[in-house]
Amino acid sequence: MKRKLSGNTAHRPAGVNNYLPVLAALVLSLFYHPAVLADADVEKGMAIAIEADRRDSGFGDSTVDLTMLIASASGDIVTREMRQMVLEVANDGDKSIMVFDRPRDLKGTAILTFTHKSGDDEQWLYLPALKRVKRISSADKSGPFMGSEFAYEDLSSQEVEKYRYRYLRDDAIDGTPCFVVERVPVDKNSGYTRQLTWVDQDEYRLQRVDYYDRKDSLLKSMRPVGYQQYLDRYWRPSEMVMSNHQTGKSTTLKFGNYQFRTGARDADFTPSAIARIR
Amino acid sequence: MARSALALAISLSLLTGARPAVGVTMPEAGFGAVIDRGEWSGYISIDARLFPKSPEFPSQKDQDFSLALKPEYFVDWDSGDQRFAVSPFFRYDTADNQRTHADIRELYWQIERGRWIGKAGIDVVFWGVTESQHLVDIINQTDLVENIDGEEKLGQPMLNVDYLSDHGTWQLYMLPYFRERTFPGKHGRLRTDPEVDTRNPQYESGSKEQHIDLALRWSQHLGDWDIGLAHFSGTSREPYLNPDASQGGLDLLPLYVQIDQTSLDAQATKGAWLWKLEAIYNHNTLEDYVAYVGGFERTSFGVAGSNADLGVLLEYHYDERGDEATNGLQSDVYLGLRLTANDLPGTMALAGVLYDTDTQAVFGNIEASRRLGENWTLALELRFTTNTDEKDNLYFFRSDDYLGVELTRHF
Repeated sequence: MKRKLSGNTAHRPAGVNNYLPVLAALVLSLFYHPAVLADADVEKGMAIAIEADRRDSGFGDSTVDLTMLIASASGDIVTREMRQMVLEVANDGDKSIMVFDRPRDLKGTAILTFTHKSGDDEQWLYLPALKRVKRISSADKSGPFMGSEFAYEDLSSQEVEKYRYRYLRDDAIDGTPCFVVERVPVDKNSGYTRQLTWVDQDEYRLQRVDYYDRKDSLLKSMRPVGYQQYLDRYWRPSEMVMSNHQTGKSTTLKFGNYQFRTGARDADFTPSAIARIR
Repeated sequence: MARSALALAISLSLLTGARPAVGVTMPEAGFGAVIDRGEWSGYISIDARLFPKSPEFPSQKDQDFSLALKPEYFVDWDSGDQRFAVSPFFRYDTADNQRTHADIRELYWQIERGRWIGKAGIDVVFWGVTESQHLVDIINQTDLVENIDGEEKLGQPMLNVDYLSDHGTWQLYMLPYFRERTFPGKHGRLRTDPEVDTRNPQYESGSKEQHIDLALRWSQHLGDWDIGLAHFSGTSREPYLNPDASQGGLDLLPLYVQIDQTSLDAQATKGAWLWKLEAIYNHNTLEDYVAYVGGFERTSFGVAGSNADLGVLLEYHYDERGDEATNGLQSDVYLGLRLTANDLPGTMALAGVLYDTDTQAVFGNIEASRRLGENWTLALELRFTTNTDEKDNLYFFRSDDYLGVELTRHF
């Protein structure tokens, strides 16, 4: 990623003196050129994403209990309960396991995901009724997770390399100053043309995401709330609310009992390991 | 290693009655010292099977109703490194006294130590990748009275050691007691003619059901590939069915021979395409043979602008024994459609036909299920045969088309 950040200066011929960038900036400011400004916004957007990622790295592993409250079409609230385990992987995307506790017919069902910075993620599904571990296609990004307003891609590990970025403007959410950064999914299987993200300027936490569907219409908004800091460093929300603007339905995802550095090992995140989880 | 050392320190301190001094955040913190987690779960179900065609034999019924119960309990301790699990199963059937049966699906103790996992007791183990046949899956006996699809298994007594190496998982099984296949009784539908006498099984080995079977499997995932190689040495799970000469051929007697079976299962996952292959080489005193099943499943996600996924499955079955293949899958093609609605009730359906290219016999199967409210599921199963040939195994089922309805309460 460092290469990308310095990409604009990498082509500078050897021997050109150090004043050239300053001179260039002066010339450019005299002859205003939107493409160059946009390029700076791309760099700034990328820099914000990298900083947010840097601040969240080094947690090692974590576990969390999830409760999903899905508002059905009839207005009833349906509850789903899961547990998630995450293992940080050096120089690649995280490994994660999602285990279902409710509904009871899915109890013990587990999904193992190897997120990759580039290329397809890898996914396995454990079906406890057959005691069968199945490698499944990870191409299904945009499908709804458990009939909720969250898509699978909304819940997957958010690696920097999964998007292209552009800083748009500063804004405030509930009085908190934020950067507004547009990000465009790299994966062609994504259900979104783009997302607008609000990242607070103090702690680089995600404060809001607007999702635009394949027709580039505003589809959903997600608000993480109730941030708490763990290990004096890592911020985690207590709740994420996903609102669908096109259907009026919403899903609330609650997080509880965060644990960090539990001693999880690579061997706990394998296809054969998810068959042993209860 | 730190985790195991700490676990050992905790179990030692438990023995001596001292409180463990746990200075780091452990996942079980707050659950108390001994038991990390323990839970009851399971299901109770009622089902009906309706057979629209008149039975071949006057003793058979037009419908049967049954009730099944499967409680499950597990408890973890030692930082989750040790587990005890138990899961009995019971079914009562109104039509077939052979389908009324009980089994222990799980009853084991398991211990993890670093890269080693040991298990002693009864459990179910699944191997394989294909959908229309489970060719390499051999540890457990099929509980055939449960379902003719062969996916229900009897609990298998075992000693099992797994080693999680950097280059794949090694699994070694010592299987000290053989389980006989269950078969429908005289009053049951979906049975052979004549019926199988399960009271008098025949074995090639003098040790009979006491023969100690061994199995070893290596499995690994390499990028897009998931590969398993295995060898099984012991009593065949699939019996030959021979007329009982002493009874004048009034019954079929199951004969379980000794086999050495080497198997390969592989799946390549390429985007929305899953390419699958299972192959075996079976060496035994009667006839050595090769068999395989291979094909693909291709899924279209979000079909026609909906949330639903639609998968197409195509698998080809081969068995070197031809007409003599005990499972009748000597040259058969399976074509299936899988619908996953991705809705709140988790609606799913799988429809497929199995076509015998030699006899032109067709076996059709439609399965569908969805959740009703929070804790109930409803499942439908429609199975039929057409164009069955006398030399095909399906001929036994020629009058046994059925619709099954199952309502399950999960807890």
